[in-house]
Order: sequence, then structure tokens, then C-alpha cells
Amino acid sequence: MTTTREFGVVGKPLARVDAVTKVTGRAIYADDMLLPRTLHCRILRSPHPHARILSIDTSAARRIPGVQAVITGADLPIKFGILPVTQDERALEHEKVRYVGDPIAAVAAIEEEIAAAAIDAISVEYEVLDPVMSIEDALAAPRDERIQDYGGPNNIHKLVALEFGDVDAGFERADHIREDVFFFQGNTHLPMEQHSAIATYVDGRITLWSSTQVVHYVHRALAKVLELPMNRIRVIGAAHGGGFGGKTDPFAHEIIVCKLAMMTGRPVKCTLTREEVFYAHRGRHPVLMWVRTGATRDGQITAMHFRTALDGGAYGSYGVASTFYTGALQTVTYDIPAYRFEGCRVFTNKPPCGPKRGHGTPQPRFALELNLEKISHELGIDPVDLKQRNFVKPMTRTVNWLRVTSCGLDECTERVMTASNYRRRERRPGHGMGFAISSYLSGAGTAIYWNDMPHSEVQIKVDRGGVTAYCGAMDIGQGSDSVLAMIVAEELGLQPADVRLVTADTDTTPIDLGSYSSRVTFMAGNAAIEAARKMRGMVVEAAAAKMGCDTSAVEVRGGRIGDFTFEEASVLAEARFGTLTSAGSYTPPKLAGPYKGSGVGPSPAYSYSACVVDLDADARTGLVHVNKIWIAHDVGRAINPLLVEGQVEGSVYMGLGEALMEEQAFRKGLHKWPSMLEYKSPTFVDMPEVETFIVETDDPEGPYGAKEAGQGPLLPVPPAVCSAVYDALGVWIDEVPVTPEKIVEALRRKEKGEPGRFGPTRFPAIPYPPTIKVEPPPRDLPSAAPAAI
Amino acid sequence: MLRLPRFKYLRPKTATEAARMAAEFGPRAMFVAGGTDLFPKLKRRQFEVEALIGLDFLPRQIHGGSTDCVVDAGVTLAAASSDNHLIESFAGYAEASGQVSSPPLRNAGTVGGNLCVDTRCNYYDMTYEWRKAAGFCMKKDGDICLVAPSSPRCWAVSSSDTAPMAIALDGVVSLTGPDGERELPVSALYRDDGMDYMAKQPTEVITSLRLPADSATRTAYVKLRRRGSIDFPIAGAAVALQFEGDTVMRCRIVLSAVASYPLEATAAEEFLKGRKVDAETIRETADIAAKPAKPLDNADLSHFWRKRMVRVVVEQALQRATTRNQGSTVKLLGRQPD
Ligand SMILES: Cc1cc2nc3c(=O)[nH]c(=O)nc-3n(C[C@H](O)[C@H](O)[C@H](O)COP(=O)(O)OP(=O)(O)OC[C@H]3O[C@@H](n4cnc5c(N)ncnc54)[C@H](O)[C@@H]3O)c2cc1C
Ligand code: SF4
Repeated sequence: MTTTREFGVVGKPLARVDAVTKVTGRAIYADDMLLPRTLHCRILRSPHPHARILSIDTSAARRIPGVQAVITGADLPIKFGILPVTQDERALEHEKVRYVGDPIAAVAAIEEEIAAAAIDAISVEYEVLDPVMSIEDALAAPRDERIQDYGGPNNIHKLVALEFGDVDAGFERADHIREDVFFFQGNTHLPMEQHSAIATYVDGRITLWSSTQVVHYVHRALAKVLELPMNRIRVIGAAHGGGFGGKTDPFAHEIIVCKLAMMTGRPVKCTLTREEVFYAHRGRHPVLMWVRTGATRDGQITAMHFRTALDGGAYGSYGVASTFYTGALQTVTYDIPAYRFEGCRVFTNKPPCGPKRGHGTPQPRFALELNLEKISHELGIDPVDLKQRNFVKPMTRTVNWLRVTSCGLDECTERVMTASNYRRRERRPGHGMGFAISSYLSGAGTAIYWNDMPHSEVQIKVDRGGVTAYCGAMDIGQGSDSVLAMIVAEELGLQPADVRLVTADTDTTPIDLGSYSSRVTFMAGNAAIEAARKMRGMVVEAAAAKMGCDTSAVEVRGGRIGDFTFEEASVLAEARFGTLTSAGSYTPPKLAGPYKGSGVGPSPAYSYSACVVDLDADARTGLVHVNKIWIAHDVGRAINPLLVEGQVEGSVYMGLGEALMEEQAFRKGLHKWPSMLEYKSPTFVDMPEVETFIVETDDPEGPYGAKEAGQGPLLPVPPAVCSAVYDALGVWIDEVPVTPEKIVEALRRKEKGEPGRFGPTRFPAIPYPPTIKVEPPPRDLPSAAPAAI
Repeated sequence: MLRLPRFKYLRPKTATEAARMAAEFGPRAMFVAGGTDLFPKLKRRQFEVEALIGLDFLPRQIHGGSTDCVVDAGVTLAAASSDNHLIESFAGYAEASGQVSSPPLRNAGTVGGNLCVDTRCNYYDMTYEWRKAAGFCMKKDGDICLVAPSSPRCWAVSSSDTAPMAIALDGVVSLTGPDGERELPVSALYRDDGMDYMAKQPTEVITSLRLPADSATRTAYVKLRRRGSIDFPIAGAAVALQFEGDTVMRCRIVLSAVASYPLEATAAEEFLKGRKVDAETIRETADIAAKPAKPLDNADLSHFWRKRMVRVVVEQALQRATTRNQGSTVKLLGRQPD
């Protein structure tokens, strides 16, 4: 719709609006805030993975001079949780603890050291229960008792079974069928900034500044647990040092500082230690996967059956959604005519898993890409060709009712193939290249809790020539504030620096569901366009009246509205209309298919990526050296190419970490290495060169045609690494992280004449419910069709 | 947030004064140089002290002479790794200094501090809270070893990168105690004990490291770690070779991160002496060198794999040392900083 238009700022690689404050250390993060009389809070956490609490004695802690308040679970008994169906968390547990790190008590003291000493002085009597530390354990009957009292049987949290089209017939039609088992290890977000929150209680009102991705959900959880009306609580997103999904749940410490502020009448602050961030977690689920794919001789997929088992940790978090996500997006890249998905999430005595960049989809993407790669080798077809033959087409619906609009898979593939010279790659021992693709949502089509409100709203106020945009969206470092400023500037003919932003404040900004599921540019962006166009209409109308011409003759560009500066025109408009405000909102089209569980997967648009990894792998040591990565990403339109490249490269970094080293590992019930030095993640120095290609497909519904860029490009990296390792050494590592030990072991097996492979060998028996059979939709989507299906 | 505990900071002006302060405070005080090892451990309450005795008076010069090279203990690792004299005459030492931790930490960490760096174990290098949950071990607050529960001793790993090289080079440290000065070969500076790992008196300050010069010595340090950017060694080999013609006359091979002290591979040294260096000899030497290494499950990656890798680092170090003066360098393992 906007292809022919000439843009003022859209498409320009402008510096972020907050670049200077961030790099000069002037941005105020929650931990930087020190209000007068601030008390410091520390939290006592469980040393046992699974135990009943028999008693808590806080008397010694209360006697320590400087301690102002001590609370336990009895003070905050109401349960909360991000999903309405899993309200299973307490800010402090007083009955039972479910992982090492589960919060039990909290202290507010005049100094953090005193709070820490007081925490150490609290004694808790436990009845230690048998911990459940693996998927297999969780599926079996518990030796003591179940971790949660819902779900089941045993420690199963959620079971799903869906079938689209006739899968049995699809397999019958296949010339070739292949089954594989894969494992994707859990890992964590590792944001630079540790979670931090500070609360005040003044005049009967709570104000909380927090490092969160979603002020709105924190607001709701506080109202519920503190039993206060929403209008007595204000949540403000402080400057943000990174989330990646790890700050998308409401957290215990956020509730605790509010409660302590209410009790003491003083500001209370809590900044988690790095170790506690590992316990707050909500990171990547470890997922065991089984996939069976049928294909014709020439590599056309005829059917797919996909099973997943997610190790959810101790609480629900986003887990129900995560479970569905492990089965939802397989169909968005490859045209699968018949598809069955069976998913299962279990509870274990580990920190809860939740959404991490790519939420529930990097794991199945890993399995899917490698499964197809293996099929192509067996059929003697080039893996890139085989995949390409099955690419979905733009303007179609998938077998599981997902609507695909723009799709740049072919172009992305072409770009990385050409640049990397993959097809004519150098053949030397230990050298390999691997290719993979992926797709991700540009915002979830349905909200986390059922409601009919728009998903994002933007208000604009123009006053004395100044433009202020208000939006609930939280800039978590991805640059959403800059995108909002660019959009408003674009519509009003200004520069981003001319736009003041007020974001992520539940008192002053309208609703936005937050920074997760890659939704802000798409949804807040569309809302901003609507609001800005209304504002532009008023300013233009006032200018036209003064100029004595038609509004269509008024040019808006370069800081001018027709014959006037923007400031002059806005004064004219204010005189004409009174206070100048406008609003826009965005509600995604109703896209969910006619079945239970269809709320997870639909998105107004999907981004696409293709990636080639070039590496050397040493057969003797198993050490891998990544030489270079080429990645092309279909972002629809790059509103700011600099930010898009940043997101793509950041995703590649994170994907490489997951592929090669990151591991949320446990030993004797404890997180093995909750420290930034011991939990291995690549640093700047460890990063290979990354060449990024931005592909623009001009999505019909995206703002200026834009789609997401923050998560999708992570997904192809782990499978591309594994296929490059296979290319280099002829062994399959069917699980991540691909550590040197695994490579050496796979090579040893190969030498002994066993399959040259490292990875899980079996998928456990899971009591999936009867399969819900869903009739597939008509697959073609006429380009003129209305949004909704 | 993890905070530093409160402590007194003492600022002596000389090594003798520092040593006397240490004698006065006993175990309630520690020396601090760059603080890169000490401060994180204070935050994690692995050390609990009343006072820190600052060593910022230590000189920071590298005195390259015709016979010896004396490196003051206060020299930073960044300075040592980029010093022309060290690079030319003691390449392996410069190489080892340049591979300690990360660029910012090398700007602060010192040569003296690196020789004294605490032994490591992933049951021990954790916060107080974690150790309390895991159960304290004998190295701090507890009485058993969590890695080898039936063992009466601690197996924490010697993790200094420069100590093995200093030993291979016959390095000697100057020590100042409350009552005087003495010299001690670096090879006598350590004990085979994860807890009480230094053989010097706790009151003694290392003031310098002397490396006896011999222009014919060829050296190399090869370090294995997950990330070339920041990690401690999980295996490492320091070698120093002297040749007569093609024949090895003198040979030192010292391993890092495979025992509680820098482990000298004496059998391998004996084997290599008097032989010509070729691929076959290197392989055999490395096999012998790797034998005494017994990594345990208390560091990164599996100890089985680490054990196998000892051979590889020794091999690579020998190759690197042998070929260094011929202009060729051996490609190091994994991704290394440029
Ligand atoms: C993330 C990270 C990675 C690291 N990686 C490595 C690595 O790869 N290899 C490695 O070897 N080390 C590593 N270290 C440890 C440390 O940075 C280095 O060993 C450094 O050289 C220590 O020097 P320092 O001057 O900072 O010592 P400090 O921290 O000041 O002191 C260390 C110890 O030595 C004692 N000490 C210091 N100077 C003297 C002296 N002159 N005389 C007597 N006693 C003294 C102190 O009392 C203390 O016990 C790492 C540390 C961190 C935090
Ligand atoms: S080796 Fe044993 S005693 Fe020593 S630090 Fe590790 S667990 Fe503690």
C-alpha cells in the first residue's frame, strides 16, 4: 500500500533516540534510583529442589538492628501467574517449595548488607521431598508427591493432540518416511541488567518502577495479590537493560517491594543478584522431540507427525502457550498437507521455563530442519533444493489455519546462497557449511488473557509546537521507542528528535500489551500511524484553511506543513480545534482457526529468515570454530535498517550461544552454574563475522509493510550449525548445545561402525489425549480477501 | 545485588610494611593487587576478611637485562603481554599473560596476583547462598569435599596461566616478609593441596619475578578453554626447550589446570631430552605428559574429555615452541582473541 511512497525518515539508518543517554550512562535504570529513605530488600530462597515448609522462624532476623520489616508467604497468600489458567505462583511460599531458588521470605532493611544478614538469620524447617529433575521422572509416578496439585497424570502439566488433514493417508502416499528424535537443551536469557524494582507507597497509592517487559501484566498481578484497585497502582518501566523474554512474567520481587513499601511507608528496592536471575529464569524449555515425516521420491512432504515433551520447571508461567508453540509454526515455512501434533509439558523441580526469544519455536525448528536435511540426504536431493520445493507461498493458509501474507523465503534463500557460495563451497577436511530457514510471528494474534481491548493504543498531543506520543509499549533495548518516534515523525513531516515520547507508564499511557512476541513495531506501529494521521489531518486542515487551498495541496515534509513551519501550523490548528490530541489503536484481525488451542500461532504477519553457517570442526578435539554466518531476513520493510541489523545480529549471537554452549544444567538438584562466568555464552570476542541481508516484502498489513525482526533470525542458527558439523565431519549431533565432547563421542561411535550420531535415542510413552481432528481450511488466500478468515 | 562486604583498606608504602601488617592481622587480612581474583571472591564470601592490604606501591617495570629479565610484581598482564622484550625473549610468558581472562581484567590483573590466584572448583566458586544450599565444602565453611566425598583433601584446580610458564622458564620470585627478603624458585611456590596451595608464608609479598635469560630457549604456552575471550584454563601446557642442533638438550613441560598445583611432566621431559623433535616424538612425549593429569568433575566440560585434551595441548605447545623461530605458528584450538 505504501510501496510507491517516498519516505522522509522511514528506511533511514538513524541513531536510536536514546543512544546518547544509554552510551553515556545517563539512562536511569531501576537500580540507579535511590529515593530518600529507601530500604533495601533481600529475599530468602529455598535451598531444596522440593520440600514442604514445616515452619519459618523470623524472630532472629527481626531483632537485627536496621531491619524494618520481614514478610513471609502468609503476608502474600494470593496466587498469581501470567496465564489465567495457571495462577500457581506465590510471591513467597509458605507451604511448599518447588525449586532451589523458590522465594520464601523477604526483609527490608536500611542497608542491603543488613538485609542479607537478616535473611541468613531466618530459619526454616523443611520436610524434604523427592525431587523430580527430568522429563522421564516427571512422566512416572512421583515417589513422594506431585509438584503441583493440578494437571496430571503424575507431573504432567499440559497435554495436546491435534490433527489437521488426513495424516495416515499422507504417510501412505509417501515414498519415504523418516523418524528422528532430537533434544534441545534449556538455556536462559542472560540480560545484561539484572531484574530490579523499586516501589513507593504514598497517599494510598503504589508506584513501582521496574525492569519489566510488560507494565500492564505487572499492574494486573499487583492489583490481584495486593488486593488494590488498578487505579491505586502505577507501574512504570524504568530504563531497560535487556529482557529477551525473561522479564515478561510478573515476578515475586516486584510484588514483594510493593508489599514492603506499604508496610514500612518507605521506598523499597530489590535488585536481584545474577544468581537470582538464573532462578527467576522463564527461559528456553528443554524439549525432547520426535518427528516423523513422509515425502515423495522428489522430496515433496506428504505428512508430518510431531511430538514434543517440554521440561517446564516448577510453575506454569507461559507454559501452556509454549507447549502449543512447539507445534504451531512448522507449517508456516513448509507446505505440509497433513499434520499431527502431540505436545506435553511436565513439571520438574527446576526454575520455571517460559518465553525466551523465539518462544517455543527454536526447538521444533531445530528438529524440523535437521529431519528434512536427513531426508534429503537419503533421497539424494540437495537439502536446499528439497526445502525450497516445499516452501509455503505468499497469500495462503496453512493446514492448521494460519494465514500467511507476505513471504520472502525464496529471496532470503537466494541471498544467502549467493553470498556464501554454499553450492560451490570449499571441500577440505573439517570444513563444513550448513543451511536452515525459519519464520516467526509479528505479534501474537490473541491476547494472553481474554479481552476485547485493542492490543495497542497510541495517543498524540501537540502543544506549543511540541509533539508528544504516549504509548504503553516498553523499550527493552530493541529500539521500539525509536521506531515509534520515527513513525510519528514520518507522518508529521518531522524528525524523530522532534517527537517526545512517554512510554510504559500505566498512569499516563494507554494500553499496550508489552514487549514480547515481536509485536511492538507491528501493533504499536500501526496504532501510531493511525494516531499520527489523525493529527496530521488536523494540522493540514488548519494550514489549508489559512492558505485558502484544498488540503490535498498541502505538502507535509521537512518540518513544514504547506506554507508554515510545523509549529506555526500547530498553533493554527489549536486555534481551530482546541487542545490537539489524537488517538490510534490496533487490534489484530481475528485469525484463529475453529479449534481449541488455535489462539497460539496466528499472527497478522510472519517474518522469514534463511541462514548459512561456515565452520571448521576438529575431529580430534571436537572443537568448533565458526568462521562466518550469512543471514537474510524478510522484515517486510526496515523502518530503521540499523535497528533491524542490530536485532538480526543479536539473534544470531543468541542462536550461536544456544547451538554451541549455553546450558541450564543441574547437579544434585541445584543449578550447576548460576554465574555469568560459568554459564557459557559467547562474548563479543567469540563472535564470528555476520553478514546480514535485509529482505523487504512490503507486508499488506504491517506499518509501512514492516514485520518483526527481534526473534525470528535466532531460529535457523542452531540447525544450520548442526548441518555444518555434519558437512564437516559426517556425524549428526542431534541435540544442542553441540559441545566438543559430543562430537568426539559421535566420531568414536562412527569409527566403531555404529551410527555416527550423538543425541537422544528414544521418545518416552506419553498418555496423549484423543486427537482432535480439524478440517483444514481452503488453502488459497485471494490477495483481496478480508483480513479475517 | 551482590555487594562487597565492608573491609578496612590499608595502604602500606613498602613491601616490608605490608608484610608486617599481614603479620599483625594474620588470616583476618589479605593482600590485594589488581583485585580481579579477590573482589569477586569477597562478594561471594569465599574470603572473609577485616582488612585488605593494598599493594599498589609495587613497582611496575619490566627490567630486561642481558642475563635476566626482572618483572615487577605490580606489572599488569596487559603490559606483560605486550612488552617487546618479553615477546622477543620469553615469548611463552608473554603468550600466557595475554591469555589470562579478558582484556579489561588484564588491564587490572597483575603478574604477582596471577602467581597467587586461588585454586578453582565449581563447587567452590559460587555465592554463599549457593554453597549453603549445596552444602559447604572443606575449602570454605564445611568439612567434606563435594567432588570426591571420600577424599580427605581438597582437589581444587590450580588455574594460573603464567605460573606453569614461569616454572618452565626457571623463574624465581623475590619475597619480602616481615623480617626480611628471600628468593624462591616458582617451582617451589606451590603445594599439592587445593586449600593451602601456596608454599610461601601468607605474610610474604611477591615483589618481582626473575626470568633467567637464555636466548636459545624456545617457549610456548597453549591454553584450552571454552571461550578464548574470558575463560580460565581447563587445560594448558607451558613448554621451554633448548636445542643443540636438532637435539633437545633441556626441556620443561608444565601443565596448568589439571591438578592443585602447576604439574610438571617430568617423565615426558626425560623422554624428550636427547631426542630430535618430529611428529612422532612429539606425540609420544605428549602421551607421557598427559598420564599424570587427573582432572576431576569440578571444572568446565567433562573431565573425561579434558583428560584427553591434555595430550593435545602438550602436542600443540611443543609444535609451537619448535617452529616458533622458523616463522610458522601452529593454529590454536578453538576461537582465540586476535
Ligand atoms: C572473569 C575472570 C576470568 C579470569 N580468567 C583467568 C584466567 O584465564 N587465567 C588466570 O590465570 N586467571 C584468571 N582470572 C583471575 C585473575 O584475574 C588473574 O589471575 C589475575 O592475574 C590476578 O591478579 P590480580 O592482581 O588481580 O590479583 P588479586 O585479585 O589482587 O589477588 C589475587 C591473590 O593474590 C594475592 N596477591 C596479589 N598480589 C600479590 C603479591 N604481589 N604478593 C603476594 N600475594 C599477592 C592476593 O592476596 C590474592 O590472594 C580471572 C578472573 C575473572 C574474574
Ligand atoms: S575440590 Fe572438594 S573441597 Fe576442594 S573446593 Fe572443590 S568441593 Fe571443595
